[in-house]
Amino acid sequence: MAETLLVIACGLASYLWRGLGVLLSGRINTASPVFSWVACVAYAMIAGLTVRLVVMPGGTLAHAALADRLIACAVAFVVYFALTRRNLFFGIGSGFVALIALTALRTGG
Amino acid sequence: MKFSTGFCRGVREAMGVPTAVLAAGYIGYGAIAADMKFPVLVAMLSTAAIWALPGQIILMEMSGVGAPALVIVLAVMFSAMRFLPMTVTLMPILRGAQRGRLREYFAAHLIAMTGWAIVMRRGPELPQAERLSFFTGLAITGWVVSIAATGAGFFIADSLPLLARIGFVFLSPLYFAIVLLADLRERMMAMALVFGAICGPVIHAFNPQWSVLAGGLIGGTLAFALRRTGRRHG
Repeated sequence: MAETLLVIACGLASYLWRGLGVLLSGRINTASPVFSWVACVAYAMIAGLTVRLVVMPGGTLAHAALADRLIACAVAFVVYFALTRRNLFFGIGSGFVALIALTALRTGG
Repeated sequence: MKFSTGFCRGVREAMGVPTAVLAAGYIGYGAIAADMKFPVLVAMLSTAAIWALPGQIILMEMSGVGAPALVIVLAVMFSAMRFLPMTVTLMPILRGAQRGRLREYFAAHLIAMTGWAIVMRRGPELPQAERLSFFTGLAITGWVVSIAATGAGFFIADSLPLLARIGFVFLSPLYFAIVLLADLRERMMAMALVFGAICGPVIHAFNPQWSVLAGGLIGGTLAFALRRTGRRHG
């Protein structure tokens, strides 16, 4: 129950900006510094979370070796940026396969 | 029931790579929810109600480390603030001659990165009257598929051996890592990325509950301030 309420509160917190956007559309300048700052904070937040999830994850992901997680990321970057001309599906897919393969090799399973 | 041309066109546009990528991201999200012992229906509700993968991962991770509810909501709110400029720029494209206000507010809930990027590009080519339905058809397809994918990811992760589960919970971090790097255009954003990448994990080592919000605020503000003073003086 507490989780449901939390999810609903987070949903409202997200919709707030979408609804405000409809209301303010045509009336505010999106090139203003406030929006640059907000973009910076959001970017930094997600970057921090992503690095943390890869470098020091909790839960299931902690069972994979740090080196394997980093190599899998590198594989995904190479496939996305260099090999498939930015196909997100193949990029994610290759990282997924790489991590499973590396972990299987390491654990001998 | 009969759908308009624009709506059907939107649904067709959604089928393919954009929805496949969304599905992969949300299967990963469902797997994380299972990992965090979040009830499956609440996880699916979060996809329906928040409809933004970064905000949802923030919700999962912060609940996982037992952050106070208010801090979680604040962090999610910050991560969703990008929807304001996105909606402000999208609405003039979607708006027809007659203003269906209610439909606009409904469509606004469906705005997220994938649909926004497609309509910003494709929208202006379409007849004005079809655009709002086109966007609705496009976005609602991704939304429904993602809600289903959340449930699927949950049960996949719950029933598979550890090795496969590791791969599935890795999908979301991978997705963000690629999208963040692919999206880098300005120096300010690159600095935000670097500072955030340092601040988040460092703060996490001391205070996991505040790390996402504090890391973002500190790292992002630092990048913003440095870039602005840098510009002013040179």
